[in-house]
Amino acid sequence: MTVDIQSNSKEADVKNTGFNVEEKSSSSRVLERNVKDGSNLMSPETGQYLSNNNTDVIENPIISVKNFDFSYGNNKVLHDINLDVPEKEIVAFIGPSGCGKSTLLRSMNRMNDLVDVANYEGEIIIRDQNIFDPALDVIGLRRRVGMVFQKSNPFPKSIYENVIFGLRIIGENRKSFLDETVERCLRSAALWDEVKDRLHESAFGLSGGQMQRLCIARAIANEPEIVLMDEPCSALDPVATVKVEELMLELKKNYTIVIVTHNMQQASRVSDRTAFFYLGELVEYAKTERIFSNPSNPKTEDYISGRFG
Amino acid sequence: MAEKTKIKGESYIWLNAMGLSLGIIMIVFLLGLIVKEGLTVFWPKKVYQIETTDNQTIVGERVSIGTKINTEIIDASADRKVREWYIYQGNKDLTGQSFRYLEESKVKSTSFPEAFIRMERMEYGNAIALPSKIVLDGKEEILASDEKFQEVLESTIEKTDALRDQIHEFEKVEIGKVNSEIEEIRLEILEDETLQENYADELKDLEQQYEKLRLEASEMHEQLEKDQFFYTVPGYQEKSVTFGEIVRFYYPNQLSLGGRFVQFIDNIIYFIKEKPREANTEGGIFPALFGTFVMTVLMSLLVTPFGVIAAVFMHEYARPEPVVRVLRIAINNLAGVPSIVFGVFGLGFFVYFIGQSIDDIFNLPPPTFGTGGLMWASLTLALLTLPVVIVSTEESLNAVPKGIREASLACGSTKWQMIWRILIPASLPGIITGMILAMARGAGEVAPLMLVGVVKLAPDLPLNTTYPFIHLDQKFMHLGFHIYDLGFQSPDSEAAKPMVFATTLLLITLVITLNLFGIIVRNKIRNKYASSAF
Repeated sequence: MTVDIQSNSKEADVKNTGFNVEEKSSSSRVLERNVKDGSNLMSPETGQYLSNNNTDVIENPIISVKNFDFSYGNNKVLHDINLDVPEKEIVAFIGPSGCGKSTLLRSMNRMNDLVDVANYEGEIIIRDQNIFDPALDVIGLRRRVGMVFQKSNPFPKSIYENVIFGLRIIGENRKSFLDETVERCLRSAALWDEVKDRLHESAFGLSGGQMQRLCIARAIANEPEIVLMDEPCSALDPVATVKVEELMLELKKNYTIVIVTHNMQQASRVSDRTAFFYLGELVEYAKTERIFSNPSNPKTEDYISGRFG
Repeated sequence: MAEKTKIKGESYIWLNAMGLSLGIIMIVFLLGLIVKEGLTVFWPKKVYQIETTDNQTIVGERVSIGTKINTEIIDASADRKVREWYIYQGNKDLTGQSFRYLEESKVKSTSFPEAFIRMERMEYGNAIALPSKIVLDGKEEILASDEKFQEVLESTIEKTDALRDQIHEFEKVEIGKVNSEIEEIRLEILEDETLQENYADELKDLEQQYEKLRLEASEMHEQLEKDQFFYTVPGYQEKSVTFGEIVRFYYPNQLSLGGRFVQFIDNIIYFIKEKPREANTEGGIFPALFGTFVMTVLMSLLVTPFGVIAAVFMHEYARPEPVVRVLRIAINNLAGVPSIVFGVFGLGFFVYFIGQSIDDIFNLPPPTFGTGGLMWASLTLALLTLPVVIVSTEESLNAVPKGIREASLACGSTKWQMIWRILIPASLPGIITGMILAMARGAGEVAPLMLVGVVKLAPDLPLNTTYPFIHLDQKFMHLGFHIYDLGFQSPDSEAAKPMVFATTLLLITLVITLNLFGIIVRNKIRNKYASSAF
């Protein structure tokens, strides 16, 4: 794990050098535009690319990341992150590989606990509770913060048992309730019509897109408040991707969604807000339209316009 | 230029192919030999009547033709090879040896008289003879030339067979019951002598009952002796056996090909389901087959949970990593420890230490568990095969995709729930593979078993209808040990050779059958969750 991160960051270092050269040339242009906009945002010369300077303030955020640092052993992957996620919105994390966006996402339900050498500082507050509080029940946290992974990972069980896994493990065995949950979740995941006749067959018989939607159904069976999605469409074909994206927009009504994606179009299509990470720092965080139409930081613009990354 | 470039190493592919072929050839040869030799034992052969040049008559089945070097000819350049026949003549009571060699040059003429009967007896093995007459109840005589002869022979054998079963049942159930009651009272009296008076009447009553039953039994035994069968072997005087002595018979020279095949199947079934007789060289091997089966199954049931638990702890919980690594190497090496060492350990630890402690604590008549038995043999073998299960379980745990672990935890499961609800089911095929390997290894072990519970002869099965149904303290027979015993401990190793091959064939068949069962179960599980993920 650690080795992986290191190699990634080395790669990023190399990019960084190239990028810095480019940065100088583009900085003047950014300044120009900033002046034109009338919004005096930040000076590239200070080298301070912290959080957004947008005027809109997020009230009652469901997730609030405060001064969050994270490192794997000696390798620091997140630097002083501050970020608020509003309720029932989709927030997308974008950025090149190794920039720490997945690490931040995985910190939100403490999946990084699995890594022995992980260290962190700062706080992540979900619903007024610091999730790193030693008194906090991690299991309970994970039930409130569901997660969908990059590679669909159904259990070697039937479709039915996959969906209700989270209920089974807390000893929920009432058949009617389980049946209801399965139908509700599969309907929410837009999978019900495709699998209703083979609920008790192996989940491995599904196609890649179906499997991923099954994983989403499984994640919402616990009725979480937040669903974290780590590049949920990276292994899917365009048709399946569209389905999952439609699903996300549907789910937004009931859940708060944080999604990590490498697909800029996807971020622009589904998310309400977008955060751009680079080299472990949060470069820019703003409403998606703004990020994509009028980013305040030259690095963001370079990245979303495909000039690097 | 391009076509001139020689691709390095490609030309050595034949080396790999050769290695594989060599292995396959050896295995096929070995299996072929066992199957051929094992099956020919059961194939009914023709009976030769051979007249020799020195006017002897030899009766028997020609097993094979071989060559030997005639040592009387000293000139090394001359052809000293002599063809000789290897003949099974049976009739051990008359000839002294059931097998003999005969130089081909001494054979004057051969014939195949149809009248020959091949008859298996309770003692002295087979008789190959010409039947002469049957005497029923000491009065009625039926000559072999009589039309009815064959019919009477068959019906009389059937009758005595039924009687023999009846006697067996009677002795086991009726007499056995009274016997065990007497034994119980005796044990109670042994413990507390004051009870002697209380039980005196009852004991007397039981002893009378026992005496009565014994008389009844001996009467029945006399019944078995009533009818007699007379036969002659060319070159010897007429002999007689009581029908109680005859197990079964057939006319080897009257069989058609189909009849031969039916007899062949019959011989195999007889071999599988009968008890051994005559120092294991005659009869069947059912107790050994059954003992091997029960022990192997018991061993698998013991080793699998134990190995899985150990592997789970080692793979999921044990820290720090360097210590675990050393532990893993140690376990791998455990698989290479000579099995006899496990036998010695089993004897010292299970039998002498645990077994005798159990006897002491529960006040059992020593030695019950303080001596070798099914339980200790299974445990010893479980220990021997433990590394196999641990290694394959760990490997399959390792192969479970990381995503599935994460998904389980993300659903809010504890690590324990993740392991038992997701990881173990997902690695079940690997665990079963380990079990199959353990069975294959365990079923073939002999050395450790000799120390912890396998005996030459134990006709009582370890699993039967008397409470507590499975007798873990009982000694048992084992095919592997049976092979060793027949091949190296039997007084007439030549006579035992066919039995050795047949037993080996059966042992291999048993192991393959058990493995096949395991493989079918594994494939079922695998198909149920077939996916590219594994």
